[in-house]
Amino acid sequence: MKRRKRSIPKQLVILISLIFIMGMSFSAVAQGQEKLKVGIIHIGSINDAGYNQAHSDGVQAMKRNLPNVEVLQAENVPEGADAERVMENMIKQGAKLIIPASFGYLDPALRVAKKYPGVKFVHPGGYRLAPNLSTYWASTPEAFYLMGIAAGKTTKTNKAGYVVALPISFFLANINAFHLGARSVNPKFETRVVFMGTFLDAPKEAIAASALLDMGVDVLGVIVDSPITVVQAAEKRGAYSVGYHYLGAQKFAPKGWISGVAFTWGELYTRFARQVMDGTWKSEGLFGNLTSDYLTIAPFGPAVPPGAIKLVNDTKQEFIAGKKNVFQGPLKDNKGVERVKAGEAFPLTGIGKMDWLVEGIIGQSK
Amino acid sequence: MSELLLVSIMIGAIQSGTPLLYATLSETIGERVGIINLGLEGIMLIGAVVGFVITVLTGNAALGVVAAALAGALFNMIFAFLVITRRANQLACGLALMFCGVGLSALIGAPFIGRQIEGLNAIKIPVFSDLPFFGRAFFQHDILVYLAIPTAVVIWWFLFKTRWGLSLRAVGENPTAAFAAGKNPYLLQYQVLFISGLLGGIAGAHLSLALAHNWAEWMTAGRGFFAVALVIFAKWHPLRAIAGALLFGGAISLQLQMQARGVPVSSFILDMLPYVLSLTVLVIWGRTSRSAVPGSLGRVFQGTE
Repeated sequence: MKRRKRSIPKQLVILISLIFIMGMSFSAVAQGQEKLKVGIIHIGSINDAGYNQAHSDGVQAMKRNLPNVEVLQAENVPEGADAERVMENMIKQGAKLIIPASFGYLDPALRVAKKYPGVKFVHPGGYRLAPNLSTYWASTPEAFYLMGIAAGKTTKTNKAGYVVALPISFFLANINAFHLGARSVNPKFETRVVFMGTFLDAPKEAIAASALLDMGVDVLGVIVDSPITVVQAAEKRGAYSVGYHYLGAQKFAPKGWISGVAFTWGELYTRFARQVMDGTWKSEGLFGNLTSDYLTIAPFGPAVPPGAIKLVNDTKQEFIAGKKNVFQGPLKDNKGVERVKAGEAFPLTGIGKMDWLVEGIIGQSK
Repeated sequence: MSELLLVSIMIGAIQSGTPLLYATLSETIGERVGIINLGLEGIMLIGAVVGFVITVLTGNAALGVVAAALAGALFNMIFAFLVITRRANQLACGLALMFCGVGLSALIGAPFIGRQIEGLNAIKIPVFSDLPFFGRAFFQHDILVYLAIPTAVVIWWFLFKTRWGLSLRAVGENPTAAFAAGKNPYLLQYQVLFISGLLGGIAGAHLSLALAHNWAEWMTAGRGFFAVALVIFAKWHPLRAIAGALLFGGAISLQLQMQARGVPVSSFILDMLPYVLSLTVLVIWGRTSRSAVPGSLGRVFQGTE
């Protein structure tokens, strides 16, 4: 072995690799940011004018805001092992941020998150966190209270009907809030609830809607995946409707539309993507309210009196200022049991435990 | 008040019973010729989506119904080829057809979700629709409702009053004997499955064009399987199927009516009503007439070579 060349290569190697590393970091800086792939999976179709379209429009808005972002999208992914496979597949294609956009994706997402600690996950409506999994949603009862005010001022028969997937606490809280809002402006108001037992059975929703309309209700609200069937049924029979999830549902009821509670995820998804790109993302539980840019009151329809719109806006400000509670005692449930004492208020953070319907609502909470 | 309730329940029973009746008739004639088709759910979905898409594209719901029926029939020909020509297992092929229908209909329908259609609307029959009680309950429906019972009667007539129906039932009882008597079991089975597909497609079209005015994935939500059970309830008879479909349609509608009226029973229990009813019926029927089952139902005719 010759030893005379020993000193040269060693320094040369160090020098070259230093230049190389600096060059790489310079080129990264020059490019601004790396391209980010975001994967989103949907439980239903992204054209449902409801839950899924709201999420899908959110990622599209994110893409417009951030040209460096590429979106991988999958529709109609069943909850469970299929969801895991689709998420892993997206990760193998280079996705660094995954949005499993259904409540039921929580467990599959937690499993995949554990396997790929370098990938970030954001899950809507969840209640669990992991080091690389955040949760986000918004508290909706205040917004539903505002819908109730608008409905209570618009109705002619003083009766509303709600077509709801299942009697789970978050939905019960929304219906309670709607009813209390309506009662606050219309003491004769009554709300009827029909539970479907499923999030997706359009023919059954149609029959439930006409059963409610036969009872003389002239306002129909809906909490299922896609509001199209119920909103259209109301419009056909000359009734009013209140939407949920998606801003665009208004086009199905140009005459009878009152308003709706809608999720506008675009800015939030943009923030998530930006945080992942610049490395500031951290696991957190976001729970928005009326001040958040992702919870929106949809535009009012032509049937809503101007006075009602003003009252809705004023009440919204009271909520934002913290001067008003949705579930202000005394409140009884519809079986006559006292649920909230006078002078107290049921906290919005506790609605996960709400298993009753407020006095004046016709329906069974379990 | 109670009269109004009765009218509402009647309307609901007829509305939700109509697609069940078409589906049950579809399954009945298929089973009469010895073929049990668990793919009915898939055929209905194909009918529902094709009917909706054609109605969106042409603006003509009648054309939608025709297209739905033809699409259902063509789709059923896949099943027919498998179980008749390829002599494959009927249960396995039926389930495969069902899942194929779920996927294919979702694929076809995806670009059309959220499109608005006029659809099939109620046609008021003059004079009769003004009658108290009966007017609203029976004479203010869409065209497919009015055609449902006549269809059942026509099928009954074909099955029991024509030579074609006799040969068809002979194949269902014993294809070898029918073959020996000079009938072609394969041809008859193909013919019947084509008609069965037409009816299944119409059942789906009623869901999307008349009830929901809307297309959503898997909107049949198990109605195809319900119809398979209804065939047993109706003891393979098209006229008893009318009563069965109305009864089960009524059970679905009744539970929604009871909720809308605030009857103090849990929605979970009310939701079980149609299924409890079908279980009860199967228990009661179970021991009585076995003779109603077509003799070679589910068996594959292996030819006579």
